[in-house]
Amino acid sequence: MRGSEIRNSEQELHQFQMRVGVAGVAVLVAFALLAARFLYLQVLQHDVYKAKAEDNRISIVPVTPNRGLIVDRNGVVIARNYSGYTLEIFPRRVKNMERTIDELSELVDITPRDRARFRKLLQETRNAENLPIRNRLSDEEAAKFAANRYRFEGVEIKARLFRQYPFGDVGSHVLGYLGRINTQDQAKLEEDGVGANYRGTDYIGKAGVEATYEAELHGTTGFEQVEIDAAGRGIRTLSRTASQPGNNLTLTLDMRLQQVAEIAFGERRGALVAIDPASGGILALVSKPGFDPNLFVDGIDPQYWAELNGSIDKPLNNRAISGLYPPGSTIKPYLALAALETGKRTTRATIFDPGYFDFGGRRFRDDKKGGHGTVDMYKSIVESCDTYYYHLANDMGIDAIARFLGPFGFGSRSGIDLAGEFTGVLPSPEWKQKRFKRLADQKWFPGETISIGIGQGYHSYTPLQLAQAMAMLAGGGNIYKARLVAHIDHPRNGERREVPAELLQSVTLKRDNVEFIKRAMAGVNKEGTGARAFAGVTYTVGGKTGTAQVIAMKQNEKYEEAKVAERHRDHSLFIAFAPLESPRIALAVIVENGGFGARAAAPLARTVLDYFMLGKVPAGMEQPTPEDDAAADEELESD
Amino acid sequence: MELAGIPVRRIGVRLAEGIDTTLLVLMLALSMLGFLALFSASYENPSRVVSQAVNLAVALAAMWLVAQVPPQTMMRFAVPAYLIGLAFLVAVALFGDVANGARRWLHVGVTRFQPSEMMKLALPLMLAWYFHKHETSLKLRNFGVAAMLLIIPLGLIARQPDLGTAALVGAAGFYVIFFAGLGWRVLGTLTAIGLAALPIGWGFLHSYQRKRVLTLLDPTTDPLGAGYHIIQSTIAVGSGGLWGKGWLNGTQAHLEFIPERHTDFIFAVFSEEFGLIGNLVLITLYMLLIARGLVIAANAATVFARLLAGAISLMFFTYAFVNMGMVSGILPVVGVPLPFLSYGGTALLTLFIGAGILMSVHRYRKLVQT
Repeated sequence: MRGSEIRNSEQELHQFQMRVGVAGVAVLVAFALLAARFLYLQVLQHDVYKAKAEDNRISIVPVTPNRGLIVDRNGVVIARNYSGYTLEIFPRRVKNMERTIDELSELVDITPRDRARFRKLLQETRNAENLPIRNRLSDEEAAKFAANRYRFEGVEIKARLFRQYPFGDVGSHVLGYLGRINTQDQAKLEEDGVGANYRGTDYIGKAGVEATYEAELHGTTGFEQVEIDAAGRGIRTLSRTASQPGNNLTLTLDMRLQQVAEIAFGERRGALVAIDPASGGILALVSKPGFDPNLFVDGIDPQYWAELNGSIDKPLNNRAISGLYPPGSTIKPYLALAALETGKRTTRATIFDPGYFDFGGRRFRDDKKGGHGTVDMYKSIVESCDTYYYHLANDMGIDAIARFLGPFGFGSRSGIDLAGEFTGVLPSPEWKQKRFKRLADQKWFPGETISIGIGQGYHSYTPLQLAQAMAMLAGGGNIYKARLVAHIDHPRNGERREVPAELLQSVTLKRDNVEFIKRAMAGVNKEGTGARAFAGVTYTVGGKTGTAQVIAMKQNEKYEEAKVAERHRDHSLFIAFAPLESPRIALAVIVENGGFGARAAAPLARTVLDYFMLGKVPAGMEQPTPEDDAAADEELESD
Repeated sequence: MELAGIPVRRIGVRLAEGIDTTLLVLMLALSMLGFLALFSASYENPSRVVSQAVNLAVALAAMWLVAQVPPQTMMRFAVPAYLIGLAFLVAVALFGDVANGARRWLHVGVTRFQPSEMMKLALPLMLAWYFHKHETSLKLRNFGVAAMLLIIPLGLIARQPDLGTAALVGAAGFYVIFFAGLGWRVLGTLTAIGLAALPIGWGFLHSYQRKRVLTLLDPTTDPLGAGYHIIQSTIAVGSGGLWGKGWLNGTQAHLEFIPERHTDFIFAVFSEEFGLIGNLVLITLYMLLIARGLVIAANAATVFARLLAGAISLMFFTYAFVNMGMVSGILPVVGVPLPFLSYGGTALLTLFIGAGILMSVHRYRKLVQT
């Protein structure tokens, strides 16, 4: 027994040693293969490669393409390029960085802000060949440096194209901004197999349309073969493969409308989304406060970045697609329609509103003390009677409500061509079960259905969803995918690719029911809660006011107390469409902490609709134009 | 001479204990060549060389520590090391950091690391342990289990995606299975299946990975990307000629034609400046190193020790071969550093720990068990 084991292990050892021998031979063969390859390259082909290395005075230099332009639906340019001189440092060739910058600052103006920005760039992009210390040099500065160039090893002047947004912060959340390509972007590009196309490109779309349509806007990098001297400096260009400029984007956006809306917001926070109900094209998409995308172009300076990031107002947040708000009373027209469609109510049926609704031992109050008296459906919408909808929600039940609201886009993503869209919450027992971990929290209570009837409770939607639902109601049951880009054009041959309207949902609704709701919403603006805001209106328009309670903020201690107190006021909402027959615009407005819907949001909607329907520029506001027409003069639109 | 009351001689003896001089000398010789190339690649800027010297010191210390651990003790670490490595890989897949386009990094406290690097040693350790345990009753079924032990971490690494590391880890595991005595017929069949499966595997590759392979076949299709690397590194190697252009005289390197010249493409710098002669010296050093490792493996006392030593020796081979093959344009561009020459601490640490294991195996070769 023992003997055989030993023999066995001896046999094993022998086998192992044989395998070691085999491995040794394999190693030898592999290295011989390598040696043969070296022999081939270094001896047999040596002359060829020696010549190539000597000819390798030819460096391949990428030629950065021009980024595509972005224009609005009327052809107004909202993002363009201009060329300018930058002073760039090649960190690896500079021995003493601080001294070099100090000496440079004697020739050209280098602010502490420029220095801070440069230091940040240096930290973030370790392997960068060259980094800008100053952008937009004046001709005089460029000349001054050129004369002293010999003093600065590793510093060069480059002509570069910069992105410019003539409207400043108007439409900032639609456009987004460009930023320097960081390591993550680089890795993503490599993975997508377009890394080579970005050699020579420093900037990439980081947010908004600039990011979504990066692949369209960037263009194809060309390359130049440049003869270089022994020190690696370019002497002359030998051949050139031209770059292909990026495609131009035409948005569905009306930039003037956008501007009117943003000016109407003033310093207030909130969002507005206006949609063309017939196609899903976004006419205006406002999120206030915004930011100036021009400040990102040169590599944002740390101070401004900290301001944007740390502000209680969250200016980088696109409230239109990622702000979640309860709809308040703006949900009522949909619930009324739901009750009509499911046969739970007729338009004529009335309730008596004593000013409250008792349910399960709890008293749900109406906004109006003493109640609205006898209320039918028309009056319930026009006067925004809460009690009517307490009854209605209770009669319909949460399942039927959720089933009806779902197809309107409530609580689901619209699929808009912007990153960072939130889903929101369309409350239902199923949702609650998934949302909460504790079994006790998962149960849906009938009392919760009651507040759903007036747009409170778990409801939470983006302004975009509110606008889309409005568009669907106004359009009679069709919902189109929200989109910002109308068509994409090739800059050279003018070839055009339309981005077609995409029908997402089509719900069959009874025409009479829809017409009734629309009439009631017109009534809101004639004789109801929106009447004051729409006094003297000359076109037909439907609307609905809403007021949303604010949930107490967390981490209050971070902010000033006065500001926080202001932030506990209700949000003001308004949804509207115009004209009544074949609507051309549907919108939703939310003014954060604006109080009643009728007070802040409705007048704002009026201003926007007046411009859209009548071309009426609001009083005290000049004809809207790009902010800095002076800057446009220096534009060098190199093809 | 005395240091703190202890004769320096005795300290020296204690330090040298368990250290295999042949291996150490070979590795230091390779590292010296590395410093030369690194210095040249850094434009004669010594800071990188200094930092690599620090890496080397750390790696040497780790090697010394590992060399003091008997293989029997190492065996106890095999299963935990493998399981921890596997857990880390799963953690990476779930919540790893995405850097350089792949999910490879894992945050642990303040630092972050690549669990796939750990698998390079943990996997052979595990497999060697497994075969050691089933030494007396080795059946085909055991090879099946071993294959599973290999495939699970391999799949996780390949998914990151990190095909280069996956190939290296896979090779290390395969070597153990090979040395354990997997039948020639099975090997042949597996090779045939593997070749047949290549077109299917192609479908699973990321587009950038396919591009790298295609670029190898015709570098001119991608003159701004990976093709540029191959074209330029081949020129560097070829223009080096028989004797090389001389230290610090490589134009390809100094005119910035060679990308990644400190790390993965340092061989191009070396080869341009030291020529075919330099390359042959380098290859010879690697062969001596591998041969020494294989000799240690052949004389090892236990199945565990010999399988582990054999696999580690061939690991050195794989690194060197893949890297030099890539730089000279016969293998696709994958992120594999040249052992002992490329700049970087992690790879160096792995290599020296591997050498430490070899030394321990050698030291305890006569320790009779059972």
